[in-house]
Amino acid sequence: MMNQPSNVQNQRTFDVVILRQDGPGRPSYWERFRVPYEPDMNGISVLQRIAALGRNAEGKRVAPVVWDCNCLEEVCGACTMVVNGRVRQACTALVDRLLEDDPRQIELRPMGKFPVIRDLIVDRTRMFETLKKVQAWVPVDSYLHMGPGPRQSQENQQLAYVLSKCMTCGCCLEACPQYLKIELTRKEGEDDAAFAAREKEAFNRSFMGAAAISQIDLFNRHPTGMMNAVERLDALIAEGGIQVCGNAQNCVRVCPKDIPLTTSIARAGRAATFHVLKQWLDR
Amino acid sequence: MARSRVAVVGGGLAGLAATMKLAELGIDVDLFSLTPVKRSHSCCAQGGINSVNNLTRQLGDSEWKHFDDTVYGGDFLAHQPPVKEMSEWAPKIIDLMDRLGVTFNRTPEGFRDQRRFGGTLFSRTAYAGATTGQQLLYALDEQVRRWEVTGHVTKYEFWDYLGPILDGSGRCRGCVAQDIVGMEVRAFPADALVIASGGMGLLYGRSTMSMVCTGSAASRTYQAGARYGNGEFVQVHPTAVPGADKLRLMSESARGEGGRIWVPRTPQDPRPPQEIPESERFYFLEERYPKYGNLVPRDIATREIFNVCTRDGLSVEKERFCVYLDVTHIPREELDLKLGGILEIYEKFQGVDPRAVPMKIFPAVHYSMGGLWCDYARSALGGIEVGSPRNQQTNIPGIFAIGEVDYQFHGANRLGANSLVACIFSGLTVAPGIATVLANLPGGTAAEQPVSLFEDAHRRHQAAYAELLSRSPEGENPYLLHEELGKVMTRAATVVRHNDDLERAYEEVLALEERAARAAISDQSNWTNQNVVFARALLDMFPLAKLILKGARARDECRGAHYKPECALPPITAADPAERRRQAEDWCDRFEENNHRWLKSTIATCGEKGEPQLSYEEVDTSLIPPRPRLYGLAGGDVIEEVWRGRQEGVGAPR
Repeated sequence: MMNQPSNVQNQRTFDVVILRQDGPGRPSYWERFRVPYEPDMNGISVLQRIAALGRNAEGKRVAPVVWDCNCLEEVCGACTMVVNGRVRQACTALVDRLLEDDPRQIELRPMGKFPVIRDLIVDRTRMFETLKKVQAWVPVDSYLHMGPGPRQSQENQQLAYVLSKCMTCGCCLEACPQYLKIELTRKEGEDDAAFAAREKEAFNRSFMGAAAISQIDLFNRHPTGMMNAVERLDALIAEGGIQVCGNAQNCVRVCPKDIPLTTSIARAGRAATFHVLKQWLDR
Repeated sequence: MARSRVAVVGGGLAGLAATMKLAELGIDVDLFSLTPVKRSHSCCAQGGINSVNNLTRQLGDSEWKHFDDTVYGGDFLAHQPPVKEMSEWAPKIIDLMDRLGVTFNRTPEGFRDQRRFGGTLFSRTAYAGATTGQQLLYALDEQVRRWEVTGHVTKYEFWDYLGPILDGSGRCRGCVAQDIVGMEVRAFPADALVIASGGMGLLYGRSTMSMVCTGSAASRTYQAGARYGNGEFVQVHPTAVPGADKLRLMSESARGEGGRIWVPRTPQDPRPPQEIPESERFYFLEERYPKYGNLVPRDIATREIFNVCTRDGLSVEKERFCVYLDVTHIPREELDLKLGGILEIYEKFQGVDPRAVPMKIFPAVHYSMGGLWCDYARSALGGIEVGSPRNQQTNIPGIFAIGEVDYQFHGANRLGANSLVACIFSGLTVAPGIATVLANLPGGTAAEQPVSLFEDAHRRHQAAYAELLSRSPEGENPYLLHEELGKVMTRAATVVRHNDDLERAYEEVLALEERAARAAISDQSNWTNQNVVFARALLDMFPLAKLILKGARARDECRGAHYKPECALPPITAADPAERRRQAEDWCDRFEENNHRWLKSTIATCGEKGEPQLSYEEVDTSLIPPRPRLYGLAGGDVIEEVWRGRQEGVGAPR
């Protein structure tokens, strides 16, 4: 089941194949690494071992693999990648389970819906830009002391809490057939600001995806947040809004936080319909 | 006059709170973070956030009692005015977070629910499931995004802070940072610099901290001349789940909701824990501390767990130290409602359902009470003067420190659920002080300074980067050197400390530092080069490691998280009442002598070649006089009696 390297006796190893890319616009390539097996390993401890080894499976010294991670507890969302063909956080991808898929090797790829920065790191700026578009915040008057927030039922809190656990990791978007990659290249002589503006415009025209729709649902049911419901619903029905959703329901299946994304989309869809009707009646 | 700008380094709770408050005050902010701020380490905080509340108030609680618990929990090492002020603001801070939409758990009537945490007898802790830090972080992240849209905040995410820019007079005029994607080094003029970079757990290799918690920002500011306070006080959390890459926190809230810690009375009892009858279980915290039980402060719980495994040989497993943390007696629905997030983490990583089988846990490095020294302006009421530029300002004019990276609030040991409140409090209070500074900047704004000041700083850091990048790929791997550093620090400077070991560790760290200075760089790319960023962070761990070890070596006493067995006061052993009383008198004499000698903040300054120079500063204990910290220890009542008698004697007319 495990590879037996010639130089280390009785040391179980397994292989990790990684889809690498040196930078944006560069060709991607697979590289194989051989990692000594330890109990209780996960995707991140594997990448840490690879960094400490500094060599690929052929023993050749290679540039360390680049990846993104932070909390290693699946609450920050940073280490999202495609592990054995499934989008998830590498930190909770337990090696023992992964080797059940294929005892010879583990496969790591960067997410495909976002531009690759290098190796396993992708640029998820678009997700954060979308949060601006849908005004995912409670618009308080000030940060001065004004007493407590509105009282809420346990039921409403439980519902909001689940939606509010979204880590902006991008799993739902990776799995969505309607969410397409946007990768712009800088034009000659274009400065940072001009490039950012062009990119933002492209983001705003494209599908916002399940994560952002669910945030609209979250903030439109908050007693203060709902005071800006109309602006959020305008964003929801604008170009790149909810009408793009094809109801494939992949999003809800891959969400690591079990957010009921399709329920959110359904609720947002109903709100959007009423919103359009009301606009029409108010004309 | 040019418009003022403030640079904030770090986008966790403290950095985001400061940023949104500065923006509200009309001050533009450049916000630097190694990671998108929404992914900051604050999201790992689980249990909750403390304040007196309407419920506890009716049971006799008050702001003063929260203040007293914090000071007592910290073994009196914190200056009292900032702690008092924080306790007074705490209820308002939770109200504010509530208004910002934090999904705090609710009572059936719709009020915020609270639970009990360590070091107090009141249920003071508001919480959002078991991911309270994440929920607070998101609320602040959302507010800062609002200000980003209005143009008042510019985020520099995936940027590494390299150091402050000081002018000829020693005032901070900005900072240098590097984009760790494109690798551009850039100098940023700023009229004030706020360091909010969190803890430094990576010095210990594996800890409960996130991968960005390298301590590099604190270290770079310290190396530029900032003083560092109480570095040797590092919190080791009692309950974590050991892992190959990280020691994952198992929140104190598990005990706050009724979780119990025990070991089988028979060493390494082979039976499954569920089959061990109650009478054969040793609930050692409950037996030794009947009043606080499983909710004694963290330093005490950690030492007891450590001793039960190492000294008493009662570890659940033989190869690996661990004890049981048991929540299986609590109904499943209640567990899912209140502790879902942390129980899922355990289940995901250990593959065992903690609702059915007791968890196996052991202490892990968790929090740094020490940090950049900062000032405060004491008010007539004994709190702090809000709006004073002295608040949270380091000894370098124009540089402020807030959140975990400051040394201000937790003394020798932090109470659970006090870090979140300290982070937000220091973030909110630093802003008006900065506004006061900016209104009357000596020598004009940063933008009015000579361009050469910024060009020189940029050139220096660019050259240092180029030097690192040109290193040979032959040589020692920085990741392996980091593992070695972590092992040395974990061995010498955690739960139990010995002078000979600390001295040996210091020599080992010096040797490692020399090796790290020649470490290999195996990535020569000028694009997203994590190898260089990590190697640089590793180099900056050594100055902090040295000040921790030196501070710990010098401090010959036991206080909070700093414990030296040879300095511990002897327990009361006698059975005869008169003899017990004599022992207690002796105990109290030694306690007073020790406070006279050691109730002082350790201040480290960075000397030549990065060697720490130590000095000591008196602690402001003017509001609550120091007292023995016993937490109702079984057999400790006679000490409390003697101590009370002495205090009454002091107060009585002569």
